[in-house]
Formats: sequence, C-alpha cells, structure tokens
Amino acid sequence: MDKYYHSVRLLNERCIGCVSCARHCPTEAIRVRGGKARITESRCIDCGECIRYCPNHAKTAVTDSLDDLQNYRYNVALAAPSLYAQFDKNIPVEKILTGLRTLGFDQVAEVARGAEIATAALREYLAKPGIKRPVISSACPASVRLLLVKYPELIEYLSPVDAPVEIAARIAREEASRESGLPSDSIGVWFITPCPAKMTAVLEPIGVAKSALTGTISMISIYGELLKSISGLESAMETTLASAEGVGWAIAGGEAGGLGDAKILVAHGIRNVSNIMEQLALGKLNDVDFIECLSCAGGCIGGPLTAVNRFVAENSIKQRLKRMRSEETVESRQPVEAAQVGLALREGRSIEPRPVLKLDDDIVVAMQKIELIDDTLKRLPGLDCGSCGSPTCRALAEDIVQGTASETDCVFRLREMVRDLAQEMVNLSEKLPPSLTTEIGMKDPIEPSRLRKNRMERG
Amino acid sequence: MQMAWRLVRRWQVRVLKNEGTGLLLEFPLEHYRFETAGEASSKVKQVVRQLGVDAQTARRISVCAYEAELNAIIHAFGGRMKVRVFPDRTELEVTDEGPGIPDVEAAMREGFSTAPDNIRELGFGAGMGLPNMKRSADEFEIKSAPGAGTWIRMLVRY
Repeated sequence: MDKYYHSVRLLNERCIGCVSCARHCPTEAIRVRGGKARITESRCIDCGECIRYCPNHAKTAVTDSLDDLQNYRYNVALAAPSLYAQFDKNIPVEKILTGLRTLGFDQVAEVARGAEIATAALREYLAKPGIKRPVISSACPASVRLLLVKYPELIEYLSPVDAPVEIAARIAREEASRESGLPSDSIGVWFITPCPAKMTAVLEPIGVAKSALTGTISMISIYGELLKSISGLESAMETTLASAEGVGWAIAGGEAGGLGDAKILVAHGIRNVSNIMEQLALGKLNDVDFIECLSCAGGCIGGPLTAVNRFVAENSIKQRLKRMRSEETVESRQPVEAAQVGLALREGRSIEPRPVLKLDDDIVVAMQKIELIDDTLKRLPGLDCGSCGSPTCRALAEDIVQGTASETDCVFRLREMVRDLAQEMVNLSEKLPPSLTTEIGMKDPIEPSRLRKNRMERG
Repeated sequence: MQMAWRLVRRWQVRVLKNEGTGLLLEFPLEHYRFETAGEASSKVKQVVRQLGVDAQTARRISVCAYEAELNAIIHAFGGRMKVRVFPDRTELEVTDEGPGIPDVEAAMREGFSTAPDNIRELGFGAGMGLPNMKRSADEFEIKSAPGAGTWIRMLVRY
C-alpha cells in the first residue's frame, strides 16, 4: 500500500460516505467502506476528479505551504501560465510575478519559459524519422499516470520531452545557485500548482530520477494573499517575459499550437483522454502525429486547485494571449538554446507500467475468478447505483470475488435475500405435523419387500 | 440487464487436442449495429488483462477482435465470434453468414476494400481490417466463398 505516493487524500471528518467520488473516479480507485471513501493507492492517478465532485470538500490535495520556505535559505517560485489566467487580463505578468515574490520568495520564474523549450524539443522530436506515432504528450502527469494504469501498451508512444515545469525548475535551480552561491540543497524551488498530480510528480517522478522541484504550493491556497499583495504593489520588477507560445500552454490546444502543421489531436477532460487512448490502442489514429492529453477539461486552467472558474479563466487568458501576440516581434522573443532543448529530450528512458488489473498470479485461478465475477454480476441489478460503496455493479462483483465485499452489500440483493428468507419462513409455517393435517394417508405405506431391500443395500 | 456479450463460461479442452482449462467468450455480431462495435473487443481485452497477459499481447488480441467484429458488422448479415482464452494463448474464431469474399488473396492486400461508400464516409472500410488481423495474430486462417460466408481463425500466443 505504501508503494505509491499520492497527493490526493481524504479528510475523514468531512467524509459522509456518499459515493460521489467513487462514481466519478476514472480508474475506479475509490471504495466507500465503513462510511468513508478509501483510495486504492495503486489505481489512483491523482487527477483530482474526486476533489472536484466531493460535495463536502472531504477530498483534498496535500501540497506544501509558504511555511515550508523556512527550511531553505533561498526560495524560487515558479508561476504557471494558468496562474496568469486567475487574474484580469489587464494586470501585467510583471505585477503577478512581483506579487508572488513578495509572499516570501527570493526569486520568481515563469513556467511558460520552460514551455517554450518543451515546444522546441517537441518540434525536434516530431521531425525525427522512425519514431512511434502518434506521440502522446507527457506534460500532464495525471494523463501519463492514466496511461500507465489503463493503457500500459501505449508507453512507447509517450513523448520523451520533460514537462515545462521540470525544465523551468532545472533552469531556476541553476540560476539560483549561481546568483546566491548556495549549494543546491539550500535552494527551494516551488511550483504554484493548479493540480494535485504535479505534487505527486515531484515526489514520485516518472521518467526522471529526481525532480528539480522541491515542492508545490496549491494555487488556491495562496490566491487570497496573492490578490492582496498584487493590489498593494506600487511598482513591478522588470524582467524578460515568456512568449505567447509558452503562456498558451495554460489552455487546451496550447501545447499543440506550437507544433506548426503537424497533424494534431487535443483531448481534454480525463474521460476524453481515456477514450482517445482506447482508440489508439485499437490501432486507430494512424495518421496523427501528436496527441495532446490534458486531464482537466479546458486544460490546466480547469485544474482542481485553481481559484477562478474555468470559463472565466479561459476568457481572461485568451484575451491576454491575443494582446501578447499582437505585441510580439521576432526580436522580443528570447531564443531557445540548443543545450536546453537537449536536456529536455530524454529518449530511451524507461517507464514502468502499473499492473493493477491482474486478478491472480495463477492464471487458472484468475480464470475461475473471471467466471465467478460473471456469475456474480448476473445476480446484481446492473443499476450502478453505488450504494454498496463500489462504483459499479461490475466493480462490486470483482470486489466480492476478491474478498473485499459481500453480496449482501448490494441493497437490492439483500432485499431479494430477505424476501426469499421470508418466503421460506411462510413455507415452513405451512408445514404442519401429520397429527394436524387434514389429508389422510399422504404417504403410501412402505412395502415390506422394499424395506428389506433397503436394509440389504445398507449392508 | 443488457449485455452485448451473452455467455462467459469455463471451457474444458478435450484431452485429445490439448490439456488444461480455458475460458470461452461468445459474442453475437449484428449487421450494421455500429453502436456495439468495440464492445466485444474491449471485453476480450479486459479479460486477458485480468488474467495477467502482458499489455502488448493484450493489445494484439484486442486489435484482432476489433477488426473481426467490425468486418462482421459492416459486411456480414450477422455472425458470431468465439474467443477461447487459454493460459498460453488466445484463439479467436469468427463465423459469419455474409456474402463471402470472392478473391481472398486480393482482400488480404492493404487498402483493398469492398466497403460501400456510405461506410467509407463514416471512416471505416479503409481496407486495413484483414491485413491488421494477420499482422496482429501469430496464426491467421481464412476461408471464404461467395454466398457461403466467411470463417476466420486467429491465434495469439503470450
């Protein structure tokens, strides 16, 4: 159970044991047991759908807080493009960055800069002959984890390009080290995150040995302070800002937007991501070069840890982008260095699938279990109501066969059983001793010859 | 309860041929029932993955099942697919009462398609079905004659 780290957690005292989260979980990782929602660690992909759907706000994401900055001598904040979308389009990025720095950081950097490098690396990779197409984006950690859990056969399609935040963190760490003269372990690099999956990606990275990030701080948790700090600013820092190409990654289609005329598909929303992977696994989508997969509808601006409504954020960032594009010139853009692109491309990395579906180590036993699941399922009502604490009737059938649930957990089955029992009681109550029955001579008397034969057979 | 697949039961292999146990999954395939396309293959894939068959092999099996399923839906007037899952291999057998294939050799070529235009417009019938099946399976057999339907047998080893 401790094999996987997860940022998505349950606040026990808030959970009332409803099944909203279990029914919305894309990997069926949640079961309600003992009145509380339990997460199966091996299946959880930290997409945060449960955080979104919990009416009692009992699902939460464990991230770091501003207090954690004290443990480091020099702290850098990384601002995601989705952070800009949380503010009015007229608030300049410089002001947002300065406001963020005022919260206790020594320096701030833009993840959008990392996104520019990732786009360049992606372009370079897509131009290579002989790569497995379509390339699946690996920028969204929840989508990558979904692939590992549900579609491990697609691992070889995953893009070998680091996520923008990882690239930005690496650069920020180097620069901080140079500026402050401090060793790397005294420097804290923090990502202001719109999603819980990024936290997991820091502590349990996929494809890299160790993340350059120190931790993540939930966007929504500092939003109030950030608003206050920005409105109190008199002047903003001067810095070279990232381009619209980098900032565009905040919304769905932003990553693919920088790939020129490559044939592209964009899937956002975890179920759409799952569907597109399913199609690819069936051998479809042969004439596609790149698939952008984003777990949250709308892209990162739809993240469960964002402060502003997704559509409000989308409108704000689109208008900001429009203005940025109209003001941008070739000279105003910071060039992307070849060395950075090289660092961002990690071909030949090994990524392990997560075998969660296997029913038993012994294939014959597994076959028996499949048969048993099927038999059990036939007895269940097929309503997928979730009252049993499992998300669907099929999931309950699996849980029953795996010994973690019982058939009486189904309220409909239980009612049937009670009815059968009541029927049996009625039947029994009608059985009267012969002394009270009205029928006479119910049983034929046993012939003496048969009696003898029976005795002989018994020996 | 509505289920696209009707029967899953333990399947005993006759001692004459093989030894051991397996599962039999049987799927009815209906002409032009596009809404059910993909159900049989995803069921087959789920079963083999639950048995612990590795992801790549499971994908090959599901591609075989999917293409067969789609072929029967597009061309045949109905048919059935029997999938026998053994501890070391999966066998897929598809029988249909369709019009049959006049020239099997030509049909095996990539891009060869007899799908009507209305089907092609839907994005199906690109002439990749049979070649895809052959490529994904370790063994592939096809028997067909005009008016006599089509029979396909595929085998995938783990």
